[in-house]
Amino acid sequence: MKLYDQEVASRLLVGTALYSSPAVMKAAIEASGAEIVTVSLRREAAGGAAGDAFWRIIRALGVKVLPNTAGCRTVEDAVRTAELARELFDTPWIKLEVIGDDETLQPDVVGLVEAAARLTRDGFEVFPYCTEDLSVVGRLVEAGCRVVMPWASPIGSGQGIVNRAGLRTLRARFPDVTLIVDAGLGAPSHAADAMELGYDGVLLNTAIARADDPVPMARAFALAVEAGRLAHESGLMGARDFASPSTPVVGTPFWHVGAAE
Amino acid sequence: MVVRVNGEPREIAAVTVADLVRELDHEGGFVAVALNTRVVRRAAWGETPIREGDAVEIVTPRQGG
Repeated sequence: MKLYDQEVASRLLVGTALYSSPAVMKAAIEASGAEIVTVSLRREAAGGAAGDAFWRIIRALGVKVLPNTAGCRTVEDAVRTAELARELFDTPWIKLEVIGDDETLQPDVVGLVEAAARLTRDGFEVFPYCTEDLSVVGRLVEAGCRVVMPWASPIGSGQGIVNRAGLRTLRARFPDVTLIVDAGLGAPSHAADAMELGYDGVLLNTAIARADDPVPMARAFALAVEAGRLAHESGLMGARDFASPSTPVVGTPFWHVGAAE
Repeated sequence: MVVRVNGEPREIAAVTVADLVRELDHEGGFVAVALNTRVVRRAAWGETPIREGDAVEIVTPRQGG
């Protein structure tokens, strides 16, 4: 899958939050096969070393990082946070979040488009977290985003894909944009579902981190993403309203014999 | 002088960003700094003065989704 000018083999991107311990996080990321992990940046207390300790683990994993602007509610805050992230992580990549509603963590799509345009002009490679709205995605693409990340359902909700028709339309209308389903996936079947719809990848965190046993769950998601992608590339049959026998009808034993009695 | 560090007022002796990073025990740490909302590149820490009332943000990597 192509993410701006970089080619990555794994179509599963994972978050680094909510794990019970750093050791479990590390093992789960390894089991997921992900090449890209999301990270945030936060204030460090004087003399604090939490950031350094976390960063050592991420560096040791040898993965690419996609910093986020999680928690930002205004364009200004998101742009400033992105600038700090670029300085800290030395990457043009930014997972752009501008949150518009605290209950649903729904993106503020108006602010998102504005922030994406500003950051793109400033040389960032923006991965906007957005809704599945066709016009909004169109504006993000116009703003220069070559990767767009619509939600399946609200962050951390685990509901899977709520608006299947919307996501299908996006895929059909933006065949050349890298589309990643981000947020709301709760089960490996949800990830496979997104991949079967033709999405290029999926990004998730809670469903792995909050599983009873995150390491095998990470592996389950990796398998589901691979299965869903393979299914998409193989051409899925269309659904139909009526049954159609799979076993040949011709030559059925006792055909019409019963009727003769 | 008093500046705001990560939102909290703090009495400091530092006169440059590099001094402040040292004073707050972040020297050699993986941190980024913004002064009055603008990023100060690491290479410019030594030549960037801090003035009374400035707002400084000092951030490090954290877990994120």
